[in-house]
Amino acid sequence: MAETAVLSTGSAVAPSHRRRTWVPYALLLPGLLWLVVFFVLPMLTLGSQSLQEGNVDDGYAFTGNVAIYAEALGRYWPQMLRSLLYAGVATLLALLLGYPLAYFIAQKAGRWKNIVLVLVIAPFFTSFLIRTLAWRTILSDDWFVTQWARTLRVTDLLQWVGLTANDSLLSSKFAVIMGLTYNFLPFMILPLYASLERLDPRLLEAAGDLYASPRETFRRVTWPLSLPGVVAGTLLTFIPAAGDFINARLLGNTQTTMIGSVIDSQFLRVLDYPLAAALSFILLIVIVTMVAVYVRKAGTEELL
Amino acid sequence: MNDKSFDTDNPYLRAALLRGLVSRRSAMMGAAGVSAAAFLAACGSAGKNPTPAGTGATGTTPAKTAAAAQDMSDTEKVVNWSNWTEYIDVSEDEKSRPTLEAFMKKTGIKVNYTEDYLDNDEFYAKVRPLLEGGQDTGRDVWVSTDWMVARLIRQGYIQKLDFANIPNAGNLEANFKNVEFDPGRLYSLPWQAGFACIGYNAKATGGKKVESMTQLLTDPALKGKVTLLTEMRDTMGLVMLEQGKDPASFTDADFQAAIDMIQQAKDAGQLKGFTGNEYTDGLSKGDIAACVAWSGDVASLKLDTPELDLTLPAAGYTLWSDNFVIPALAKHKKNAEKLIDYYYDPKVFKDVAAWVNYIPPVAGTKEALVADDPELGNNTLVFPTEDVLAKAHVFRPLTAAEETKYTKLFSALTTA
Repeated sequence: MAETAVLSTGSAVAPSHRRRTWVPYALLLPGLLWLVVFFVLPMLTLGSQSLQEGNVDDGYAFTGNVAIYAEALGRYWPQMLRSLLYAGVATLLALLLGYPLAYFIAQKAGRWKNIVLVLVIAPFFTSFLIRTLAWRTILSDDWFVTQWARTLRVTDLLQWVGLTANDSLLSSKFAVIMGLTYNFLPFMILPLYASLERLDPRLLEAAGDLYASPRETFRRVTWPLSLPGVVAGTLLTFIPAAGDFINARLLGNTQTTMIGSVIDSQFLRVLDYPLAAALSFILLIVIVTMVAVYVRKAGTEELL
Repeated sequence: MNDKSFDTDNPYLRAALLRGLVSRRSAMMGAAGVSAAAFLAACGSAGKNPTPAGTGATGTTPAKTAAAAQDMSDTEKVVNWSNWTEYIDVSEDEKSRPTLEAFMKKTGIKVNYTEDYLDNDEFYAKVRPLLEGGQDTGRDVWVSTDWMVARLIRQGYIQKLDFANIPNAGNLEANFKNVEFDPGRLYSLPWQAGFACIGYNAKATGGKKVESMTQLLTDPALKGKVTLLTEMRDTMGLVMLEQGKDPASFTDADFQAAIDMIQQAKDAGQLKGFTGNEYTDGLSKGDIAACVAWSGDVASLKLDTPELDLTLPAAGYTLWSDNFVIPALAKHKKNAEKLIDYYYDPKVFKDVAAWVNYIPPVAGTKEALVADDPELGNNTLVFPTEDVLAKAHVFRPLTAAEETKYTKLFSALTTA
């Protein structure tokens, strides 16, 4: 939802010098309608829902109860902060893992390029839920992964660092962050690939001719030119990861709950609709603010 | 074998099954209900002639009656049944459900059996928007816990059963006949009853037994591998009993003390999470070392995973019942009633009971079972003895305001 908001500000600026023609407006219409029906209206409903009071038995009525926002933040700020932290770490890990791979696909893969690209996208052929459930099996106690990790004392290391609570890998911060990184990695790789693919090898040669070391070439040529991909990739990873509710539920424990699972439970189990709606709004505002600051800092508004 | 082992008029069982969501006025009648039951038990032959519930006042009168849809049963030979997991007999190869297959063969009615009832609140949240909007839920029958039945009746979301289609309903055990959550049994018939207890995987606990809630919530050997149920009445009931309080008569302070005990365990990293019926998978694999579990689940899982075991805590445990109900606008009500009728034949129900290991509500099941498998007749989980039932407790009925208040406290634990 948040990315739609960012994108829509761009599309609102329509050229006006050919005032007589209505075609551009007509072409905008389906998109605008889509936004109104699937973004503006739900947002308004959610907003009004957050200001209602009542209970499941008697129904909810609008009372303009703004205090719910304070209550929501007061009760769930740890989960909110945790979500931003986990999403941030997962985004960073995805960048570290994804950048070399994207670079390889774009510049070095040669005739393997298409195959590797398909491999990156392949996980999307199964559902998000199934992929996360698969990790539950992979990390479960009776599988070889955990057994080997125990033999190699990796579990002790993770426990010492505080990423796990005991000698299991599952149900821990480690598993949640790993799940987030895994699930959103392709969203990082694809935009990175798109911008690295356009990188002209002659620029790298030129840098070499001017006596730049490989490190210097990367810092002054490759990295700046791939920035649009980096910005797009981090946004596409961070935003859904911050609101994710599957990974924390399936791979975490009671101390790794993220705000997405809180909203999910409040909506679907506890049936406290106003609180859930207020939490959703707070999450939305926090993410939009962070993204706005980030995009401004990165100085790449024109690239989005 | 031993007739004393399962007294159908057992006052404890009867008292326990009275529980439901009712007004405070009727809650205070609870004591009267118990003594009436004890009186009936003394007479020895209650149940032949069902007396109206001793409790005249209940809060479960529906605010509106559930809408009925046009019944398509005769033209569409289908019934859609939503049930909890591990709650019906399964063949050796785990590929079919023999009693269901037999029903389909016998009646030609196809049963779409879905195990999508993981927890009462979650299921309610799933179907409520449909029921509220006057839409068909796509289900013809499901199995709800006692207190949820009370809520569904009150909100007019379930229909009265047509007992003309359920002649076998006469086989209902006397103990289950007059329950406070559905006075006169107009809307529901029980499917199973059982205990909430402690289940553990000996392989994952390192061979250690888990014998009390205190151990479950504090033993470092179980750290991070403990789950509790999202079912408030079971989890909170067990903790309150551990603290020496009776869930049948607790106060706000008692409830808060139990919340604090769980919160402490949570803050210490003892808990892996709160679950609905899906805990069975983790417990079998050993990812969950110990948990609050439902008795029959553990007993039937033990057949495949021998390292599983269960403890009925010495401090006491809770007793509940799950009941067939037919939702508003169900398209195949008559087929659903035929299905219920089919299971109320003890010759059929014994196969289910032998597999699920819960307390059967169908009279004659024990006799039919013992002929097949004498050992099962001595299973105190399926046919609880006086001793076992004496320690089984009931969560007291809650008023709507109490329900909201307690749920809020408990959900703050489970959702964050």
